[in-house]
This record gives sequence, structure tokens and C-alpha cells, in this order.
Amino acid sequence: MTRKWWLVSAASGVLALGVAACGSSGSSSGLSGTIAGAGSSAQQAAQEAWTAKFEDQNSSATVSYDAIGSGGGRDQFIAGGSTAFAGSDSPFDSTELPKATKRCQGSGGQLVEIPDYISPIAVIYNLSGVDSLQLDPVTTAKIFRGQITTWNDPAIKADNPGVSLPSTRITPVHRSDDSGTTANFTDYLHSAAASVWTNDPDGTWPLSGGESAAQTSGMVQAVKAGDGTIGYADASQAQGLGVAKVKVGNSYVAPSAQGATNDFDQSKKDASLSQGKYVIAYTVDRTPTSSSSYPLLLVSYLMGCTKYSSDTTTKLVKAYFNYIISSAGQQDAASNAGSAPLPAGVVKEDQTAVNAIGS
Amino acid sequence: MEAHTETTRQAGRLLAGATGGRRRRGDQIFSNATVIAAVTVLAILAGVAVFLIIKSVPAITANPAELPQGKTLIDYIAPLAFGTVLAAAVAVVVAVPLAVAVALFISHIAPRRLALTLAYVVDLLAAIPSIVYGLWGIFVLGPAMVPILDWLAAHLGFIPFFAGPASVTGRTMLTAGIVLAVMILPIISAVAREVFSQAPRNLEEGALALGATRWEMIRMVVLPFGRSAVVSGSMLGLGRALGETMAVTIILSVSGIVSFNLISEQNPTPIAANIALNFPESSGVQVNALIASGLVLFGITLVVNMIARLIISRANKDTE
Repeated sequence: MTRKWWLVSAASGVLALGVAACGSSGSSSGLSGTIAGAGSSAQQAAQEAWTAKFEDQNSSATVSYDAIGSGGGRDQFIAGGSTAFAGSDSPFDSTELPKATKRCQGSGGQLVEIPDYISPIAVIYNLSGVDSLQLDPVTTAKIFRGQITTWNDPAIKADNPGVSLPSTRITPVHRSDDSGTTANFTDYLHSAAASVWTNDPDGTWPLSGGESAAQTSGMVQAVKAGDGTIGYADASQAQGLGVAKVKVGNSYVAPSAQGATNDFDQSKKDASLSQGKYVIAYTVDRTPTSSSSYPLLLVSYLMGCTKYSSDTTTKLVKAYFNYIISSAGQQDAASNAGSAPLPAGVVKEDQTAVNAIGS
Repeated sequence: MEAHTETTRQAGRLLAGATGGRRRRGDQIFSNATVIAAVTVLAILAGVAVFLIIKSVPAITANPAELPQGKTLIDYIAPLAFGTVLAAAVAVVVAVPLAVAVALFISHIAPRRLALTLAYVVDLLAAIPSIVYGLWGIFVLGPAMVPILDWLAAHLGFIPFFAGPASVTGRTMLTAGIVLAVMILPIISAVAREVFSQAPRNLEEGALALGATRWEMIRMVVLPFGRSAVVSGSMLGLGRALGETMAVTIILSVSGIVSFNLISEQNPTPIAANIALNFPESSGVQVNALIASGLVLFGITLVVNMIARLIISRANKDTE
């Protein structure tokens, strides 16, 4: 198994033109059939790139992904039927896990759940005259709770020595739709500023108050439209706006793919949700101390089974998952969705799980 | 009305005479086709109602802890219903005077050629997709509204509607209401225009001959004549505003609160916008809760239309 993984990564490293690793390792020949997946809309851009590339390389195979939302994806996966795999911004929770495991056992397989997509989230702002901003998580939490209402508040000044801050009113903007970005942002506030952010992490904004906007594009537009606004969005969508540096340890860190990868690399597994040989769920480290880590990131998962009732499905899922976690697949996602590559250690674990499919 | 029916009967008798009293096959097919069409519409409406009711039941019987925000269904839907009615009310308040003015201008003031062009342009407003209105609202109208909102907050802040603090992005209930008003303006003005132009010529000329000014003539003859048309047009517009989804979803900064403040960044959420925002990530009983809110919206629209019918039939009785 290790040898095969070694082959895969070596092949993808050598083939500079981004030919998929799974293709070159011989599994592409004779791949055919159709598989359907459903779930996270955060993964949508990446899944679009993946399905297109995968179908390019395996012309008789069809993979479709319906971005119906993480919850819907997990539900459909549990229900079985034609949904072979799911994408979700959160792993199966303790009540879903037994059901999902049961679904896979129904076809004589085991549940596979692997992180497949990570992406840094930026704290974006629009404040005339202020080009750089640094924020402590506690200050961020207070701003989004409406406890800090003007930009020249002493707490913000303390984070930004030497910057002249205007007395403009702060307009915090949150997402009005249920989103994985909100879930990860509130998880960050909940973990890094627990004393202020007492609400549990949630995909829907838990507070009433503040401005809201639909979808990432709506959020970016709302922040752009007003003076004194602050919000959060996928870092790849933050062009043209101020991006705050986030306090990590004793330094302030700007969002970057590398920072997100480093942070996820240090994150620990969530033992209670990793019940199963191939179920890998993480608790993202929101309070790293090294300045090479950026703790505000979104992690999304891929769910499948090691065995399906149809052999073609099993083969196809295996090849598709293989491609997604390969460095070529991660590269395709980075260029299409602005995501960060998975850390090497996580890829290794993912690979073990994917290798178990169909074997 | 009765004269019309009489004429139709006469025409029918004439036709029947011409064809020797037989009903032609074409007539039969045509009359069957219309019956089928009418029944289909009723069936679709009933089908939608049944679907809404059946799908709402799990939400009604569910434990509040499983519902969105962990509230009871009534606590969940009531603020949304408030948001729906508020947005639509703002739209109607803005649109009706404007639509009546436009209709009067077209029917009685403007020179014929200009009137035809204007009528065409106003009708064209109805053909613009709502998502385009939404984009216009957030990119153009919203930012343009910011200074107006600031002014309202500063000078009319004592009125609860303009209590402020004014939104800095302009994505407020007032902005959404204005966009909705533009969207429903063509319906109201088209209905009003048609009826205004049918105002009795002899009465109009009589009023003018007795020395009434043009405005007095319009006030005493045209407006009373067209009152029920304005009401029914407004109700049609209200119906559209209640259900409008895309434009509101894009424009409005929603917070799910109950507030009459029209210019702040925190606004009530209309039902349709709430469904559009939360359906994509909902599952299980949460979807049922959204459908239950849809049922409430269906009910509100039904009530509005029934009130409109009532007003119109009253008004018709009064004029007879």
C-alpha cells in the first residue's frame, strides 16, 4: 500500500503538466460508469474543476457533484441511493456517524471520511485611510458582537500601534445564508476568544444584529459598499479590500495558503468523531502559537464507502478520491478555488483510507 | 356590464341562426378546451396548497429543539411574516401614488404620441427579471441611498421608521421597498391606465364645461371612476411584492428581527428571502419548517387577494 502511494506521489511530482496521478498509475484504463456526489457548496468550485479534469482523463467516466449544501449532502449519503459520495464542511456528527457507517455496511464496506479541501478565510474590511489592520481574536469577537462600535476604540488601537484610526462607526457584516464559512469563522471566535464569543459554532449566524449579506459575493459587495464595514470571506475573494492580519501567538499573520496548510498540519484528530478505521475527523487548531500558522481556515470533508454494491462505482470512487487528494488534484483546486494544499501528513492518512476502497 | 351580456346573447343568436341552430364541432372543442384549462389552473393551485400542507406537518409536530434557531414554529415564522408584510407595504405605499400619477399622465395629460411611448416603456419595466433589479439595487440604488438615509436619520429620526442609525451600505428595508415599488409599478399603472381612459367622456366634458380645471375634473370624475381599478391593481402589485424573492434576497441586509426602522442595517427577513437563503443548506425537518413558512406566505397572499375582491365588489356596488 505504501508503495502504491509512493508511486502515486512520485508520478504526480514528475508530470509537470498536471496529468492526474491516478491516471498515470494505471487505474484510468477501462474506467467507465457514472457516480454522483452531493454536498458542500464551499467545495463547489473545486469539485467543478475536479470533475472536469477527471472526465477529461477518463473519457468514459462521468462524475457529477450537486452543491446542495453540507447537511443535505450528508443526509443524501446516509439515505444511500444514487449518492455515492458526499462533500461536507463538517464531519459526520455523533448521531450521523452510526447511520453513515450502516449505509456502507449495507454494501459490505466501511465508511471513508477524509479531509479533502482546506481554504483560508480572510477578515475583510473597508475603512478609508486605513491600509493595514491587525486584530486580536478577542477584539474581532467584540466587533462582531457589537461590543466595539467605533474604529478608534482603545482595543483596536492597542492592536494597531502607530495607525491613525478614524471615529467611523463599525458595521460588521455577516452571511445571511447558512454557510461553512460562517461555521468556521464562529468556530475560530469560539475557540480563540471563548470569553467573549459564548455561542457555539454554527453555520447560521447566531446573533441578531449587524448587517448581513447572501453568499460570498454579496458579502464582498456589502463590505465594499460601505465605509467602516468589516466581514469575512474566502481569502481568494478578498481582492480590492483591506485584509486584516490575525493575531497568532505574539505576532500578526495575514491569510495565506501556506499558513492554512501549516495550521491544519498541527491540528489534532477529533477522537470522538473519528470512529472507524477510515474515518478521519479533525479539530482545527484555532490557537496556534507559531507565526507560520494561520488559524482561520475552512476544512471540508469527502465521504464515501470502501465498497459499493456495484463494482464500477467502487472503482470509480476510488479513482476519483485518489485524484482529489493527489498533488495534481490539490493543485487544480488551488488554481480554480483558491484553496490551500492539504498537508503531507494528512494526504498520507487520506491515502491509506482511499487505498482501502475496493480492496 | 349588462349591455355587454345582452350584445353577446344577440350575437350568439345570430350565429346560431346562421349555422342552422347546430353547435359546430369547433365550438365543442373550444368550450371543452377552456373548461380543461380552467380546471387545470384550479388543480395546480389545489396541488400547491396540498403539497404545502402535507410538507408542513412534520414541522408543526416537531420538537422545537429540532427547528431552525430552536424556536417554536410560530416564534420562527411570525417575525418572517412581519418582514414580508412590511417590505410589501413599503413597496405599495411608494408605488401607488407614483403609479396613479403615471397612469393619469398617460391617459389624460400627455400628448397622444408621448403617452403611447411612455405606456410602452412602463410596461417594459415589468419585463426586467427580478435578479437584474436586485443587482441594480445593490450596486446602484443602495450606495445612492446612503446620503438620503443619513439625512433621514438626522432630520426625521423622531419618526420610528427613520430612527437610524442609518446603514452605511444602503441595503435597507427602504431600499428594498423602493426596488419592489419599481417592480410592481407597471402592474398598478397598467390596470389604472386602462380604466382611467374609459372614464365617461360626457362627464369629463361636462365638468370642464362647468368651469372645472383639469385637476378638478380628474379629481371629481376620473379618480372616483377608477378607484376600484387602483385598489385591484394595488392588490395585484401587493401580491407580487409579498412573494418577490430574488431582488429582496440580494438587496436586503436581513437579521430576522421585528422592527419598523426602515433605514438601519438590521431588518426583518421576508419569508421568501428566508427560504431562498436557508434552503440550500437545510435538511430534514428544517426544510419542513421553511415549507411551513411558505404555507403562511401562501395564506397571506390568499387573504390579500380576497380582501381585494371584497373591496372591488363593494366599490362596484357603490357606483351602481
